[in-house]
Amino acid sequence: MHIVVCIKQVPDSAQIRVHPITNTIMRQGVPTIINPYDLFALEEALRLRDRYGGEVTVLTMGPPMAKQALEKALSYGADHAVLLSDRHFAGSDTLATSFAISRAIMKMGRRRTPEIVFAGKQTIDGDTAQVGPGIAKRLELQQLTYVTKIVSIDLHTRKIAVERRSEGGIQMLNSRLPCLITVLDGVNVIRRGSVADALHGARSEIPTWRATDVGIEELANCGLRGSPTVVKRVFAPTPRAEKAIQIEAIEQESGQVADDVVASILEHQSAAEASLCLNGQPID
Amino acid sequence: ARKELPKHFRHNRNVWVFIELERGQVHPVSFELLGEGRKLADKLGVQLAGVVVGPAECAGTQCATAEAFAYGADLAYLVESPLLSHYRNEPFTKALTDLVILHKPEILLLGATSLGRDLAGSVATTLETGLTADCTELNVDADGSLAATRPTFGGSLLCTIYTLNSRPQMATVRPRVMATPQRVADTAGPIIRHGLIMVEEEVVTKVLGFLSDRRSEKVNLAHADIVVAGGLGIGIAENLERLKVLAKTIGGEFGCSRPLVQKGWMEVDRQIGQTGQTIRPKLYLAAGISGAVQHRVGVDGADLIVAINTDSNAPIFDFAHVAVVADAIGLLPALTTAFTRRLAL
Ligand SMILES: Cc1cc2nc3c(=O)[nH]c(=O)nc-3n(C[C@H](O)[C@H](O)[C@H](O)COP(=O)(O)OP(=O)(O)OC[C@H]3O[C@@H](n4cnc5c(N)ncnc54)[C@H](O)[C@@H]3O)c2cc1C
Ligand SMILES: Cc1cc2nc3c(=O)[nH]c(=O)nc-3n(C[C@H](O)[C@H](O)[C@H](O)COP(=O)(O)OP(=O)(O)OC[C@H]3O[C@@H](n4cnc5c(N)ncnc54)[C@H](O)[C@@H]3O)c2cc1C
Repeated sequence: MHIVVCIKQVPDSAQIRVHPITNTIMRQGVPTIINPYDLFALEEALRLRDRYGGEVTVLTMGPPMAKQALEKALSYGADHAVLLSDRHFAGSDTLATSFAISRAIMKMGRRRTPEIVFAGKQTIDGDTAQVGPGIAKRLELQQLTYVTKIVSIDLHTRKIAVERRSEGGIQMLNSRLPCLITVLDGVNVIRRGSVADALHGARSEIPTWRATDVGIEELANCGLRGSPTVVKRVFAPTPRAEKAIQIEAIEQESGQVADDVVASILEHQSAAEASLCLNGQPID
Repeated sequence: ARKELPKHFRHNRNVWVFIELERGQVHPVSFELLGEGRKLADKLGVQLAGVVVGPAECAGTQCATAEAFAYGADLAYLVESPLLSHYRNEPFTKALTDLVILHKPEILLLGATSLGRDLAGSVATTLETGLTADCTELNVDADGSLAATRPTFGGSLLCTIYTLNSRPQMATVRPRVMATPQRVADTAGPIIRHGLIMVEEEVVTKVLGFLSDRRSEKVNLAHADIVVAGGLGIGIAENLERLKVLAKTIGGEFGCSRPLVQKGWMEVDRQIGQTGQTIRPKLYLAAGISGAVQHRVGVDGADLIVAINTDSNAPIFDFAHVAVVADAIGLLPALTTAFTRRLAL
């Protein structure tokens, strides 16, 4: 089985700082990581490969430094890696991103057609969850999002059964390969790669594919030109105008503080009082 | 420089809201979107349409159309087919894209639910148009284009996004971010009906079954009027009992920050924040929560935020309305007593 896993290199969001005056993101010095949600997809792919045989290729679209993310993915045990990088891809929104990625997957298919393309649930920076469905549509793959469990795969009949999270419950689906799966978070834990994998990650020559390498002639579909959405303004949320009511408890007895808090709540949110009286029940 | 909108898009009119049906019931986010869509349509001087897809002989489908009018739609589109009885990407994508191509809306809004996100992504790709995810604010510019504002980088920043040279301008909005409009009974309007040009044999993916979360009946954080939540400042798992007692006393739900879920102290559906629930209660009481941006984006819609924290510099005090610098472990039982007394429960 050939499995492709799409991963994105993202800034470690815990360490993002916003410039206090210009309101722009300060990326300098912020470490980058593999989008945490993509690790669930990678682990799921590695498990399938271990069970059914075959190979796992990781793919990312990004600047040259995104190679680090691919090296890391190889060190977890992926077999191959491809970097899709071209200045024509800069400024891609999700539509342009899924366009470029789908062309790269088509090129991989000339060597060995993937049965499954994996993506993460969403990223922690752009956070749209739109790239997976975009790739599925462009490659006409069955689209299986928010998958919590791959129940069975039959490579002969090309059938796959999965469970996916939907509103209010779990949907059980029967579908067909080739498909695109986005994996819900928390379904597994990424393995520690073996020493051999670590060496593989460090020593691999990762190929870089440019737009022309994946057969893209129509540059109008790429990057800023191929992106219908445009980010007009980026700004920090406005801090609350009025100052919060302060209740200091340091020297006070907690019963008194609690009375003050309750009084303050009822004064400032009288609408809550009805709910409090309606639903409240004494505890004995 | 603004790109010109191609000629063939200039006749796109009206604001559409996709009405999401969840096993025969309209998802509340659809009402919230109708409220927001109404404002946009009024600003643009166009009509607001509700879009319902589902099987013809189904009470849910008919009811959803009626509800669309009750919550502000001027007209409704109804795509009827037995293929649309459960959510599946293929027939739903076909139903919605065919309808868009035929009737040409200028704005199309969907809920950012698992269904809405799955569907919106394929529809936007098929139509090759822009889709702005998880918006928290929608507005119309002087030139009539949709300004969609959304949080990014985990909520530490907001950005306003436009769809310049294609139509419709699509956006998803998270549940509970917008207010539910007033329901007006006895409203009606024209219903434009279509069938689906597709047969079951063409649909590859089949639904075998559905396992309903029985627990979801119990945990109703997103719609609770009162939410009491705890964070790592609670100290030990045993102290959660104090939180639950307070919540129960005042008729609220209890929730938590993410680390408590990671520790296994609370179920994942009680997590509040970016990767958990978005809540919009009248009263939110946070005990021992620092107020990280990922938590903040889930609670910003609360009418009154009361924070209890021992650290007077905790970030939560930047957005709390009532800042209580105190030890939550001692204060929680005292609050239970004070509420009981004050409300004569
Ligand atoms: C502030 C800001 C806001 C934005 N808002 C929008 C918006 O509302 N609409 C819009 O269309 N675009 C938006 N974008 C652009 C969007 O972030 C980029 O298109 C980005 O390349 C992919 O989107 P994402 O990060 O949301 O990925 P998601 O769609 O959340 O990613 C889902 C999965 O797709 C795969 N994937 C995503 N990107 C790559 C990649 N480069 N290489 C390999 N695999 C990948 C991963 O498996 C990932 O887990 C925004 C960008 C910024 C900076
Ligand atoms: C991609 C991503 C997604 C995330 N999604 C979410 C999410 O959905 N929801 C979420 O909550 N977090 C989320 N997080 C985590 C978030 O960044 C914070 O780490 C988390 O919210 C902190 O939880 P906390 O406030 O309980 O703990 P801490 O930050 O450790 O804060 C504990 C607070 O308790 C106070 N305290 C200590 N003792 C007492 C006492 N006795 N009485 C009163 N106060 C006391 C301390 O002063 C401190 O302010 C996410 C992070 C990432 C990277």
